[in-house]
Formats: sequence, C-alpha cells, structure tokens
Amino acid sequence: MTAPLLTAEGLNLRFGSIPALVDVSIDISAGEVVAIVGESGSGKTTLLRVLSGMMAPDAGTVRWLGDDLHAMGEAARRRLMRTDWGFVHQNPRDGLRLNVSAGGNVGERLMAVGARHYGDIRAQAIEWLKRVEVDAARIDDLPRTFSGGMQQRLQIARTLVTRPRLVFMDEPTGGLDVSVQARLLDLIRGLSRELGLAVLIVTHDIAAARLLADRMLVMRRGEVVEQGLTDRVLDDPQHPYTQLLVSSVLAA
Amino acid sequence: MSPALRTEGLGKAFTLHLQGGVRIPVVGGVDLAVHPGECVALWGPSGAGKSTLMRCLYGNYGAGAGRILLRHRDAEFDLAAATPQQVIAARRETLGYVSQFLRVIPRVATRDIVAEPLIARGMSREDAATRATALLHRLNLPERLHALPPATFSGGEQQRVNLARGFAPHYPVLLLDEPTASLDTANRAVVIGLIREAKAQGSAIIGIFHDSEVREAVADRLYDVHPHQDAA
Repeated sequence: MTAPLLTAEGLNLRFGSIPALVDVSIDISAGEVVAIVGESGSGKTTLLRVLSGMMAPDAGTVRWLGDDLHAMGEAARRRLMRTDWGFVHQNPRDGLRLNVSAGGNVGERLMAVGARHYGDIRAQAIEWLKRVEVDAARIDDLPRTFSGGMQQRLQIARTLVTRPRLVFMDEPTGGLDVSVQARLLDLIRGLSRELGLAVLIVTHDIAAARLLADRMLVMRRGEVVEQGLTDRVLDDPQHPYTQLLVSSVLAA
Repeated sequence: MSPALRTEGLGKAFTLHLQGGVRIPVVGGVDLAVHPGECVALWGPSGAGKSTLMRCLYGNYGAGAGRILLRHRDAEFDLAAATPQQVIAARRETLGYVSQFLRVIPRVATRDIVAEPLIARGMSREDAATRATALLHRLNLPERLHALPPATFSGGEQQRVNLARGFAPHYPVLLLDEPTASLDTANRAVVIGLIREAKAQGSAIIGIFHDSEVREAVADRLYDVHPHQDAA
C-alpha cells in the first residue's frame, strides 16, 4: 500500500473556552475521497483549514509527504496551494477573481504553474468549462454575471485545471441545483479514479457523501466520534451521535 | 482446494443507542465456507438474519465476532479486521455484491454504471463499454435505455442494471441478495444462466433466493441461518 499523501496526528485547537479540534488524527492517500460530516459548529471547516495550512493548531502535526506543514513556512505552503493542492471554497467568491473573465480565472492557475502558450491555455480553459457544464461561449464573461451555481462550477474548473494531487472542498455543492450537484459528484469521482486525485470534502449532505466518498469521518464538538468505510459508517453506525445523524436523514 | 470465502464464529449484534442502548443479537456462530465454482444458498425464515449475514460478508456491516477469511491476491485475509482501504481493494478485485436496490450517482448513463467496476479493474473504456452493452442486451434492456440514467427505470429494469454491474467483472466471490425478486420468467432464466456461467468460470457464489425455482436451478447446497439464540 502506498504511503498517505497527507497525515495529521493529535490535532488540538481551542477558540477561547470552545474546543474546536480535540485529538483529531486523519490521513488521506492518492485516489481516495474522504468525507467529513457533522452538524454546523462540529469543527469540520476548522479541520479543513488546519489541514490545508490556513490555520495553525495549538498542538499536533500535519505532514504533507512527510514534511511538517506548519514548520515549512508561508512561501512553501503558498507554493503547495498553487501546485499540488486545490481548495474549493463554500462561497465561490472566495475562490474566484470576479473582475477577471471566466477563461482568465481558469488560465491564471495554469500560468501560475508556468504555462505560457496563450492558445494552449485558452484551449484547456474551454475544455474545463465544458467538463463542469459552463457554456464555452461564456469564456470571456466576468464571473459576476454568472449565477451562483455557475460560479461554483467555474471555481471547480479553476481548481482542477492544474491537476492537483489533493483537493480540499468545503461544502462544494451546497448552493447548487440538484442536477448540477450530481454532475459534479460524478466529475469529482471520475477524476479521483482516473487521475488518482485525493479529495477531502466537508459536507452536510450525507446522501452525496455516500455516493462519493470511500471513507467518512463523523465529527461532533471538535471530536471525530466515528470513522471508517462510508457504507459501514452509514449502515452500521456505532456511536450514538452517528446513529442519530443517520436516522435523521431523509433517504440517504 | 481451499475455500474462496469462509467464516469462523461470525456473529453480529446491533446496539441501538437511540432506544436506550438495547442490544439486538442477529446472527452468531456462523461457520460457512464456499469454494470456487460452488453456489451456497442462505436458508431460513424471514428475519433469520440472512441479509445481515450477507452485509457482514461484504463489510457493509462490521462483524461483531469471528473472522471472515477471503482469498484475495492469492492469500487469505480477514475482512472482519481489515482497514477501509483493504476492504475497498477486495471489493474492486475479488468480492462483488448485488444488492436488492440500485444506488448510483444521478445523471450517470446506465452503460457507464455497468462499465465503472470494469474500468476500476483496469479494463479500457472501449472494452468496458462493449462488455457492459453486451450484458445489458443479454438482460433484455434495449439499446435505447443504455445511454439513459436508470433513475426513471422500473424496479425490474433497475435490478437488471444492478445485475449487469455485478456480473460484468467476473468477481471470484459474488454475493447475491434476492437477484430475481422483481424479474419476470424470461429474465429469471437469464439470471440462472449468468449464475451457472459464473460458477463454471470458478466464481464462488453465496445467495439469498426466495424463488425456489431459481434456488433449485443454481444452489449446490443450503446453509441454515437461525435466528440468534444466545440471550442478549
């Protein structure tokens, strides 16, 4: 078995008297989709921020290919975020440049990793707009003229165009039409299977997580109360909170 | 020849925390073995725990006690103690399961749903699509349906998609939970043919068959599943 790409051990973080992360350990390998579920305030997004180096834990380590993330310095982390990693924000406005054209948003990531040939960049941008079902005729339009769902799809195209090895996703399908959600789930799964992309996805949507994720972690009050194979966590939940969560879902 | 799958003292109980922590034992002391080329039918009244046992074998339910020894990559390994990654690898290469219900990502074409496990095992897209198409035809799903997602299909059509997906990869071990429940006579006969072929190719099959005609046509022996006796 290949070594995990990202490994975190013993993560602890408090916001004042509130425990945000309590002894959280997690790892993710190439080609895996791992879902983090739990109600609002359970620490899901905080965990994603700590794992992606946006926030430092009070205690514990995060390692990328063995290197301590929080010891490597801001410049090295920024380089990772441009190359090996992608981050899909819950609000597409956080991940897009709204005053740059749709094609520019996608092409910019390519240029940041060294692409220089304008024709190639534009061709790849068109290809990715199609993959996320944004009409290629909109390539020169500004994202601010897009609907929320289109903006989210554009953000995903922008993130994936450079073929990152690990993508962090924070509720990526939250504001989308159900039909588009399904398309994106299929796209994400396909990329994971074909390119070995690892995906760490925070979601409320347990039904989506079942279809998408290989493994699942259930969080409550900063703690991982249960984790394992997705279908086993959902069909044979052991922890009282997971049983409550699963029994509260409409036809997951 | 050693079994393709065997269990030692397999047991499963559920603890319902939302019902005051009541513990419900379902199956216990299951010693079951199935060899390549053999079909074992789980046998017992409704509620005896047949489906629960099946889900334990697939890893969908965690085993409460005992071992599940699966021959995978030329070695036996204990599925009951495996990591999620190991279970996923075993499901990709060795262990197939046809459940009663089709659960898939919406908007994915039927042909792609059937081809997916083949591609995951390394087959080219073209070959996988060809094999998927052939199996769907054999299960009497007309070509015009292959490009559609199965969400709007009838129960029987969805079950046939599920069967095509389960039989396509030639898993060494195949679990079948009532594979003919919503099928007509003609399609039942197709499924009997598929099971016989899989056996002839060396697959070990464990099934729940309420339909006695199908059971008699494919099962080499029965395995009695008793409601669990041991008091909680």
